[in-house]
Amino acid sequence: MTVGDMSKVATTNGTEPATPSKGSKRAGAVANWADERLGLGTAMKKNLRKVFPDHWSFMLGEVALWSFVVLLLTGVFLTLWFDPSMAEVEYNGSYDPLRGVHMSAAFASTVDISFDVRGGLLMRQMHHWAAMIFIASMMIHLLRVYLTGAFRKPREINWLIGCMLLLLGTIEGFTGYSLPDDLLSGTGVRAADGFMKATPVIGTYMSFFLFGGEFPGDSIIPRFYAMHILLIPGLLLALIAAHMLLLVYHKHTQWPGPGRTEKNVVGFPMLPVYMAKAGGFFFIVFGVTALMGGLFSINNVWKLGPYDPSKVTAGSQPDWYMGWPDGLLRVIPAWETHLWGHTVSWNVMLPILVAPPLLLVILMLLPFLEAWITGDKREHHLLQRPRNAPTRTGIMAGLMTFYGLAWAAGGNDIIAIKMDLSINQITYFMRGALFIGPVIAFFIARRWCVSLQRHDEEKLLHGYESGVLVRSPDGGYAEKHLPLPEGKAYTLTARDNDPEIDEIDESDSSLSGRQLRKARLRQRLQKLYFADNVQKPTAEELQESAEHAEHELHELETQIANGPNKHGPAEH
Amino acid sequence: MTDVHDPHSSGTDLVPAEPIADPGLPEHQWRPTDVDDAAEKRAERQVAGFFALSAICTVLFLVAYFVLDIGDNWTTFAGFGASTMALGTTLGLALLFIGVGIIHWARKLMADKEIVEMRHPARSSDEDREGTLKALSDGLAESGIGRRPLIRNSMIGSVALLGLPAVVLLRDLGPLPGDKLESTIWARGGEQITVDGAQVTVPKMRISRDAIGTPILASDLEIGDLVNAQPEVLFNPERYYVEPEEVEGINLQVHKSKTSLILLRMEPGDIKPGRAADGSSRENWTVNGIVAYSKICTHVGCPISLNERTTHHLLCPCHQSTFDLADSGRVVFGPAGRPLPQLPLEVDDEGYLVAQSDFDEPVGPSYWERDYYDRW
Repeated sequence: MTVGDMSKVATTNGTEPATPSKGSKRAGAVANWADERLGLGTAMKKNLRKVFPDHWSFMLGEVALWSFVVLLLTGVFLTLWFDPSMAEVEYNGSYDPLRGVHMSAAFASTVDISFDVRGGLLMRQMHHWAAMIFIASMMIHLLRVYLTGAFRKPREINWLIGCMLLLLGTIEGFTGYSLPDDLLSGTGVRAADGFMKATPVIGTYMSFFLFGGEFPGDSIIPRFYAMHILLIPGLLLALIAAHMLLLVYHKHTQWPGPGRTEKNVVGFPMLPVYMAKAGGFFFIVFGVTALMGGLFSINNVWKLGPYDPSKVTAGSQPDWYMGWPDGLLRVIPAWETHLWGHTVSWNVMLPILVAPPLLLVILMLLPFLEAWITGDKREHHLLQRPRNAPTRTGIMAGLMTFYGLAWAAGGNDIIAIKMDLSINQITYFMRGALFIGPVIAFFIARRWCVSLQRHDEEKLLHGYESGVLVRSPDGGYAEKHLPLPEGKAYTLTARDNDPEIDEIDESDSSLSGRQLRKARLRQRLQKLYFADNVQKPTAEELQESAEHAEHELHELETQIANGPNKHGPAEH
Repeated sequence: MTDVHDPHSSGTDLVPAEPIADPGLPEHQWRPTDVDDAAEKRAERQVAGFFALSAICTVLFLVAYFVLDIGDNWTTFAGFGASTMALGTTLGLALLFIGVGIIHWARKLMADKEIVEMRHPARSSDEDREGTLKALSDGLAESGIGRRPLIRNSMIGSVALLGLPAVVLLRDLGPLPGDKLESTIWARGGEQITVDGAQVTVPKMRISRDAIGTPILASDLEIGDLVNAQPEVLFNPERYYVEPEEVEGINLQVHKSKTSLILLRMEPGDIKPGRAADGSSRENWTVNGIVAYSKICTHVGCPISLNERTTHHLLCPCHQSTFDLADSGRVVFGPAGRPLPQLPLEVDDEGYLVAQSDFDEPVGPSYWERDYYDRW
């Protein structure tokens, strides 16, 4: 086991150790009082100086966490004025164009918050922007965790919790977006009613139970409200707490580098640096959200007016995170089966009731699938660069392409108008692209990773391009390659080689036919998975190439020294 | 477990020895603020300066709160509400300056040495596992749950049964669908009802303009005109012997989600009549080239609104299903699975457009219990 050489690590920044000052006497008394009741001394001994490694990409999950806190704060403010009722009222507030219009109390109170409560519109817009940031940062955090292999053992359960957080965050977003009962969100709820009715056998019952009768009824807004401010936030809080606890228990992953191994974690202590950075970052997320809420308008419901089932706006679209199932819904052919007086709406079921849950399940299974294929049962705390797991990176590239194309399909009307294209042709194109695009993306990304791996190998074996050109006596030019600094070279080699492909003992009679088939499938998948991956060079190869390079350089220098103009290569 | 970084592991191991030995953590680099008193003082002043700026912004926030008006003067200041903009900017900056100040403090003045903490496997030690298993088996043995299947099974059964109240309690979330989706209030026109003991025929349902509610004369429409319409009962319930509260508030919303209608007048020769549910032709469903279709999309229920005048195509803005109103509402493009329901029209004594009857099929999105008939 190699733990980093600690002799070079500074132990303190000051010249003298810190000594408690007299002012801390009272603090000591308070601490004693608390410890005698809570036993905090033992609990906090380890954790106060818990080490957190530093990297910009570790901030993405923090953005999600802090935007959730902003959502809680602004959300509580909004509940003080919002009236989750579908009772019809006549609007008589400050906003002139709507005065005298009949609307639900929910919509009227939303307009009141926007125009008659000081800071109300700011809080509404901050709440909406924070929701956008919450979901977007969860998605990007998910990509970071996946592409760097941070989901591997022992963190699979945290991956599952993260997936549930993304699902709940999306539902939370949809219910919140529907609460103002404006024309656009009402149209979304109308579509959701259609989705439920498309469920075989129990669809109409689900719809009547959720809406408290026929659509739209007078129950949906109060029920969404209960889900939005109580049920889902409670679940989110519990899952976020579990997510954080597991993070603390496992300790954060880190990038490999000199002194950073699978066995240790190198970084700044929780108190004071990490606490200051993370705490300061909360204020930054909060501040940016406040600036966005003050300067960028979002969801101007008063322009759309209250929901009316007979009205709709052109270019109706859900919030962006609901865009991709909406895109699938737009491009699917009009498949409906009519049998014995019953209807099966494949055109709604497949894109809405089947595809999103299926994709979520695929997402949740990814860590387990990979572990089964590679047969890797070890714990991993060092992150991998995406290039060093080409098939994994390819899979995510494929999934992202599918997501992106489906999302683009959700804006097919806007694309058609802005780019002057035929909406029919965009739709037909998407039907093919949704299947072909991910496959192409998979192969390109995987190939690209292998090329990057080769580039790394090249740098290790032949040094980096120094940018220094030398001319040999016979007039040829060559770029001088210099060996990588030791730390960089070590970092490049601090990764696992792929394991051997499983051998299957066909003569082993103890294997049943099913076990044998399973073993063969796994072997085939392993071959596909590891395919053309580049293994890191061995110590012998590195030494050989170093000697070779030195020899070549020496030869070049001798030639130049003996040559007509006697100018040697630039000194480094 | 394999130690991945063990240079002495055998050749059959998954991971061979590291080709380059770990050089260990690099030497700690001192920052200017660690070695230069002037730089340290400067950084200290900068941090305090950020906190002071934050305080100024907070004061400005309070000033903006009490000074600036709200209300519908929200167009002041380049399209933003002055109050919202000022509050957001001052609050945002007040928060940002605190965040920047703290992070600046952490980066410049707090100790920046990295420290090393050892990891431990997530699994418990064998000793702990054994202890836990023993505690568990001791506890289970003492409870006698394994020896007393009668108690165990009856407890599991009775607790499981408690799931039923949890489900049953949700029953009153809503009424059963029944046949509510099968018909609309268009059916009210022409009904035979009893009012105060006397048999009355309700007048045929006139077609009214949406929003203003005036009935439409057949002669009002020019070729190419498209009108959004509703049954007159929603505006004038007394004429149809309907209680006013039946068409108010949420009831109105429920009706509109099924009754909304598109009227379109085209060249009578363009219309290709299809068949009705009973197999008869739809020839008599139009008046002088005026056709009436449900406005509610058969896909997921958006109101359809975009008309292509030259082709008689109607496009749904939600998912772009396109229907041909000259051809019994046939789906010509998009995800909708079935044609738009058509409302049979005629003209009453005074020349107003009326519905002959209700739609001959349910309107709105498909659902499991829904039947289908081919109209071509």
